[in-house]
Amino acid sequence: MKTKKSQSRIPPALWLLISFLVAMGLWYLLSIIPVTSRAFPNAVVTIQGLAKMVERGVFWQDLSSSLISVFSGYALGFVIALPVAILMAWYLPVRNIIQPWIQFIRNIPPLAYVPLIVICAGVGRRPQIIVITIACFLIMCVTIYQGVINVDETLIKAARVLGADDKVIFVRVIAPATLPFIMTAVRLGASVALTTLIAAESVGAVAGLGMRIRSLNNSFDSAPMLAYVIIIGIVGMLLETIIQFLERKLTGWQEKREI
Amino acid sequence: MAGEARDLKVQIKNVRMVFDTRNGEMVALNGVDLDIYENEFICVVGPSGCGKSTLLNIIAGLTQPTSGTVLCNGKEVTGTGTDRGVVFQQYALFPWLTVKKNVKFALEMRGIKGKEADEEAMKYLEKVDLVKFADHYPKELSGGMKQRVAIARAYAANPEVLLMDEPFGALDAQTRTQLQTELLDTWEKDRKTCFFITHDVDEAIILAQKVIIMSARPGRIKEMVDIDIPYPRTQETKMSPRFLELKNHIWSQVYQEYLEVRK
Repeated sequence: MKTKKSQSRIPPALWLLISFLVAMGLWYLLSIIPVTSRAFPNAVVTIQGLAKMVERGVFWQDLSSSLISVFSGYALGFVIALPVAILMAWYLPVRNIIQPWIQFIRNIPPLAYVPLIVICAGVGRRPQIIVITIACFLIMCVTIYQGVINVDETLIKAARVLGADDKVIFVRVIAPATLPFIMTAVRLGASVALTTLIAAESVGAVAGLGMRIRSLNNSFDSAPMLAYVIIIGIVGMLLETIIQFLERKLTGWQEKREI
Repeated sequence: MAGEARDLKVQIKNVRMVFDTRNGEMVALNGVDLDIYENEFICVVGPSGCGKSTLLNIIAGLTQPTSGTVLCNGKEVTGTGTDRGVVFQQYALFPWLTVKKNVKFALEMRGIKGKEADEEAMKYLEKVDLVKFADHYPKELSGGMKQRVAIARAYAANPEVLLMDEPFGALDAQTRTQLQTELLDTWEKDRKTCFFITHDVDEAIILAQKVIIMSARPGRIKEMVDIDIPYPRTQETKMSPRFLELKNHIWSQVYQEYLEVRK
């Protein structure tokens, strides 16, 4: 992205550094203000807190457990959402039966129904994956469905008059036209997966970033807690960056770009 | 029919189109009869909402008439067919394909693949002077260039009849004039049967051999005017006395229909 001349003297990398230093300064302030210092130990103490978790052998276990749950639920949610969204867009009965319930469940915070799923699926990873799958499915299904029904009808007509049959229209018109919405769904799904993770690990988890934060909360051990919170943020940002890169590669042809 | 000197390409017989709307039935077309001969350039003018586009969609096979029939080469039209190509007002280019690949899409539908399709596509792009933009995406082109790609793509499908639905309607006056000239040049060379919808009376007269004036809702053919100005025509033709005479006549007819719509 090109910036205006007046701003271009400072390269983006430098801006990033400045932003980082400002945040570090704020963090330091929080760590010396008496009211906030208990929750926000300074960076050194926080890193020591993280080191302690690594030493105890729980950190990598927590991270991998959470990532496995997030990715499995996310991938499953996507694999189910894609065909359901297409069926909803194409077949009125499917849409009329499913849509109200998607809206209904979407408005329930996952935290509320996690215990019900734990009752059915037992403790451990399985209920976590189920909860994340449900949450990701809902958001991705709605987004992809919107994409499929909003495909510019003129493009379908244009393909049809050029001699395309239904199969060609699906593969060569509807699929690429829906791709930007699929990518948006993938991005929204990633953030939902992470948000839901904490809820999913609230009951019956034996490891995981969210589970560990809760258990550390019992001992008011804020340094590793803060470290874990930051780790979740980093995971989220990495995911976002990867997806944005994919989006640019796959849907750069779009007339309007999202910010 | 057999006695005609030229071949009858499209026959529209007593076409009626009724849409169900919230306010009851809306008759868009009623009793439309029209013969389109091979190599003919026909322009249709009329007030907005007179069913011009509906008629084009019916000929294209994108819409089925409520009653009546359309024959193309003597065969009844029941759906789209590659014998009829369409150029849309909104260009309808595939935004995820480059200019060249948009044209190739049409060729691939004809079964032309690979290197041959590449070469063919470039030939069509050459005709609309867009070779330099072959690898650009539609979003990088101006409106006029997009419509040129769409025309190249329609030609690449090699239809017998070209249906154009206000193709220059969204363009600025200068670009529109330029594209009219280009289309005239092309048509004077290949004389491809053309059914062209416009609301611009000047455009209709400069392009067509016959101008069809449609009446306000329900759309009917009000009058057919032979444009007896010889080709080649240029933009200067618009200054000729005969042009102005025809314009006067057609415009007053269309204007009556505008008033009808406003009532």
